[in-house]
Amino acid sequence: MNAIEIKELTKSYPVGFWKKQLRVALKPFNLTVATGETFGFLGPNGAGKTTTLKLLMGIVFPTSGSATILGKHFHDPDIKKRIGFLPEQPYFYDYLSAPELLDYYARLSGMAAADRKARIPQLLERVGLGDVGNKQLRKFSKGMLQRVGIAQAIVHDPEILFLDEPMSGLDPLGRHEVREPIQNLKDAGKTIFFSTHILSDAEALCDRVGVIHKGELRGVGTVNDLRSVGGGKTEVIWEGADALPYVTAHLMESHVTGDLVRATLTSETLDAVLEKLRQQRARLVSVTPLHGTLEEYFLSKTTEPEVAKL
Amino acid sequence: MTSRLSAITLNTFREAVRDRVLYNLVVFVLLLVASAPLFGEISIGMERLIVVNVGLTAISIFGVIISIFIGIGLVSKEIEKRTLYTILARPVRRWEFIAGKYFGLMLTLVVNTALMTLGLFIALFMFAREQSGSNSGLLVAIYFTVLELAMVTAITLLFSSFSTPIFSAIFTFALFVIGTFAADLRNFAALAHGAAKWLVTGVAYLVPNFAALNVIGQVAHDQHIAGRLILFNTFYAVTYACATTLAAILIFERRNLK
Repeated sequence: MNAIEIKELTKSYPVGFWKKQLRVALKPFNLTVATGETFGFLGPNGAGKTTTLKLLMGIVFPTSGSATILGKHFHDPDIKKRIGFLPEQPYFYDYLSAPELLDYYARLSGMAAADRKARIPQLLERVGLGDVGNKQLRKFSKGMLQRVGIAQAIVHDPEILFLDEPMSGLDPLGRHEVREPIQNLKDAGKTIFFSTHILSDAEALCDRVGVIHKGELRGVGTVNDLRSVGGGKTEVIWEGADALPYVTAHLMESHVTGDLVRATLTSETLDAVLEKLRQQRARLVSVTPLHGTLEEYFLSKTTEPEVAKL
Repeated sequence: MTSRLSAITLNTFREAVRDRVLYNLVVFVLLLVASAPLFGEISIGMERLIVVNVGLTAISIFGVIISIFIGIGLVSKEIEKRTLYTILARPVRRWEFIAGKYFGLMLTLVVNTALMTLGLFIALFMFAREQSGSNSGLLVAIYFTVLELAMVTAITLLFSSFSTPIFSAIFTFALFVIGTFAADLRNFAALAHGAAKWLVTGVAYLVPNFAALNVIGQVAHDQHIAGRLILFNTFYAVTYACATTLAAILIFERRNLK
């Protein structure tokens, strides 16, 4: 069973004084996330990532389309016991301490008193906040608040986690502190759906990613698949600059340093180039396939105007 | 359901307590104690009447101010700070959230009123213990104040379920003032003719009748409050508060929380 299935989900907001015009926040799209998968929802600010998460959480209502979470309709209240959510740049009741906050959310999730008492200290320890005691949240740093945010999202041990920009606005240390518990949850087999515009985090954590831009899903695939799109290039290095004129027609670019040549070519022309180099008795140093970066893919999808799904 | 409702109720109460809302009690007690010696100067033999009048009026005004100023932020603050997102992502129904917020603020107001009542009795003991008067009448007036607060809180919650805090405060305060003069509005309706009569009668019965809940003058003059009025006022206030809260829930159930 898939963890999440989104079917033709759309969202438009009425705008203008008479609310007669519609601003499309999300164009119809389909998306499936498998159980146990870590899925990254990538896109620049205002792309529609948060709208998608708000729709799935029942915070806003869809204009059309539907979704299922763990096989049930996404508005089914019972399903909410099995999911956890961390909003973007969350603010928590700052007059509470971390154990009080977690106890509140655990009660709302229907946890029994004995379970709450056992789970909360363990959880605080797990997210690195075991020593905060009864300090009120207003005295917490941003990184600590984000870890409290993750703790509240998993206090009831959900099967699926929805995280909206969990690493946004944090310094490198803060990002590391937040990335670690997410990695632990991934290792524990939880399904994680998180939105981000920080590509290195997506590359490090995700099994698959989807790119959304201007409310339109522009591509979905594994990180490796997406890297190979627009890649497919090979770097060849050899000794013997004399051989260069014989292969120049097949090369995309080349640099000569003394007798050493570093050239980039497409995979299709690789065999022909290697054959010519052998004929010219050039000494081959290395042949390395080049992958595109996720950033290149992301940029290509967020600048192209038309939909081009994988 | 009960667990979720009580969790939201207690959290709302805890927020009010930790935000030092109950500090107004200090102001209330200071006001009573500081003004009481003046009563002796200007009203020989009438200290009880003045302490009761000032005390009950202050309890009502302090309660209404707290109800409006906390009530307007009950929903909007949770949306603005996005704390509501983490609540609605749990198995919490929207009506449970609104009802929990309502009960939480009412709990705050009841505790606040109880402590102010204690302050009033202390002031009466200090400055007017030689003058006799009915304490049960005093408690009825306090009970009516709680009913009044139940209605004001529901009205504030209704406005805050779809409007901004500032507009919610203005609307509620305006309705409170109109409701205080509800009896005059009904008298005017009785005198009007034709379409105006229907219109004014409709408005007169739609606005909350706070005038019926104000028995401060009678209690201060030690007049008896009829049991029928207590029953009628209880039924009226509870029905009005329930209907208004239900309207707030119906609006909030359909609201997109941008």
